[in-house]
Amino acid sequence: MLTYIARRLLISIPTLIFISLVIFLLLNLAPNDPMAQVPLTVPPEVKQKMREALGLGQPLYVQFLKWLIQLFWIEPQVFIDYMFNTSFSEGKLRVISWQTRSPVMDIIVQRMPQTLWVVGMSYVVGILIAIPIGIYSAYKQYSVFDQVGTFVTMIGYSVPPFFTGVFVIVIFSVQLGWLPSIYDTTHTVVDWETFKIQLKQMVMPVMVLALQTTAMINRFMRATMLDNLNQDYVRTARAKGLSEWTVVMIHVLRNSMIPVITVIALNVPAIFGGAIITEQVFKVNGIGQQLIGAIYANDLPTVQTITFMFAVLIVLFNLLADIIYGILDPRIRYD
Amino acid sequence: MTDNLNINAKPRSKIKDVWDQFKSHKGALLGAIIFFSIVLLVMVGPFIWPFDANQIDIRSRNQGPSLLHPFGTDQLGRDTLARMMAGGRTSIAVGLAAMALSLFFGSFIGVTAGFYKRLDGVLMRFTDLFLSLPLLPLLLVMMLLFREPLSEAYGPERGMFVLIVVSIGITSWMPTARIVRADVLALKEREFVLAAKASGTSDTFIILRHIMPNVLSPIMVSATLGIANGIITESALSFLGLGFPPDFPTWGRLLNDAVDYLQQFPERVFWPGLAISLTVLSINYLGDGLRDALDPRMRKR
Repeated sequence: MLTYIARRLLISIPTLIFISLVIFLLLNLAPNDPMAQVPLTVPPEVKQKMREALGLGQPLYVQFLKWLIQLFWIEPQVFIDYMFNTSFSEGKLRVISWQTRSPVMDIIVQRMPQTLWVVGMSYVVGILIAIPIGIYSAYKQYSVFDQVGTFVTMIGYSVPPFFTGVFVIVIFSVQLGWLPSIYDTTHTVVDWETFKIQLKQMVMPVMVLALQTTAMINRFMRATMLDNLNQDYVRTARAKGLSEWTVVMIHVLRNSMIPVITVIALNVPAIFGGAIITEQVFKVNGIGQQLIGAIYANDLPTVQTITFMFAVLIVLFNLLADIIYGILDPRIRYD
Repeated sequence: MTDNLNINAKPRSKIKDVWDQFKSHKGALLGAIIFFSIVLLVMVGPFIWPFDANQIDIRSRNQGPSLLHPFGTDQLGRDTLARMMAGGRTSIAVGLAAMALSLFFGSFIGVTAGFYKRLDGVLMRFTDLFLSLPLLPLLLVMMLLFREPLSEAYGPERGMFVLIVVSIGITSWMPTARIVRADVLALKEREFVLAAKASGTSDTFIILRHIMPNVLSPIMVSATLGIANGIITESALSFLGLGFPPDFPTWGRLLNDAVDYLQQFPERVFWPGLAISLTVLSINYLGDGLRDALDPRMRKR
């Protein structure tokens, strides 16, 4: 098991370096000038100095190395300083946003809780809805329940979040006026009343994202349950006289959950990607909106860092999925 | 048992078998009908419909549905039905072109990796690397960076079309490549390929004549999913304001424009959203049916 995990860990290092290279080259080979916003009255020599201060005059590989060092060496030091009140990172240059002139990571840390709260909640809700429906649809294959479930799944698969989001805003905010259409992140929960407001503003973004999750996981859950229900061991269990509940909920479900759990892990990054659009629809000032804002403002360091963090998420959860699969299913480890 | 075999039965062609199986899947049939009707409507519609998509008529702005304008008009008095048809043309064209590009990359890499053992490891690692890229953020970044140079080179609309199609194409070929590779690996060991090899047939000819026809069915299923993916991605980019220029209608763009008037004219978001959803839904059903129909194990003999 340990060698298996070690091998997977080693593979993910070149992957991360490749991805950071792609992101870096894409952004740096493209023609654009961070000094474009600087007034024309600033003399060219000063502009040149400003460019050098941003580290733009150097060859590409030096820039890339510096970026890697900032990201993998200095930023973790800042984090350790913050956690243990040490001073490793004093005087070292961090990744600075061109938009706000403050460290990118600080802004990300401010924005992250909103994204995590909405995305995480929607993922949990989606899974909780999808798994029971998937089990029951597979158990009653081709029943009315199954047909309806499959159709709803197909809709969740096909209708993009920027339409479901706008659609629920039209119905619940504009027509009925029940729910606020804008997510207010400055709102703090202190008592029952504020909790209700928080609940109200979270319902729509969470449900819109949860529809996507439900569709994906329900479809998968149903398929693996169907695969397992026709196996010999199920017939044996029934022949032994076990109750139907034990057969389905213990024997079949446990075997079906193995691939489903890995799919749940694999799709976490995709949900973050979907959150970019949902955040835009509901005006949640999370990390996705920060990315869009940075793209509009031509703020390369922020764009690079956030894109890279999405990549880290993907690699991390791929690794996690592989390890979980290895733990749950011993056959996987020994190949 | 041999008595039951009807020797005089007409020989059944594969296409007829596939069609028979496809017909039995009601959802797929309906999906195919809806999808082809939408395609026909957006292709032929603009020639018949009297209004032009960009014809401004400021006096009849912000109208509700009427006989003259069945879907109403927008804030500049442009006919929404005409804009929907023009937008559908672009959206579906982007979907088809991106699908073609991604299929080309996907099958090329899949067949090469499956057929040549030496290249297999390298190409599959390459595919894995692409799979771990954050696609939506990268697409947004590509839109940002290459919009202006391409607009200058090909004009604002065509440049954007090329950019969107190419970016979607190079970020969505990976699943196709994996499926095709797996099929090619199994096919390579089959007798007819070995026989072709033994009789001195060149690799290119084996691939074109013996391998490609046999991996056609997974490629066709990927094709349907590719169109759906292309349409959704294009709409998402246009919705975020990083797609086609504002005066050039696509379904995502129309939805984005309608969101600004959400309070006054909430019904306006409905049409483009419905068009995107219905198209993608019908394509997904079509793909589902196609997968069943092309799988010989599903076919009842």
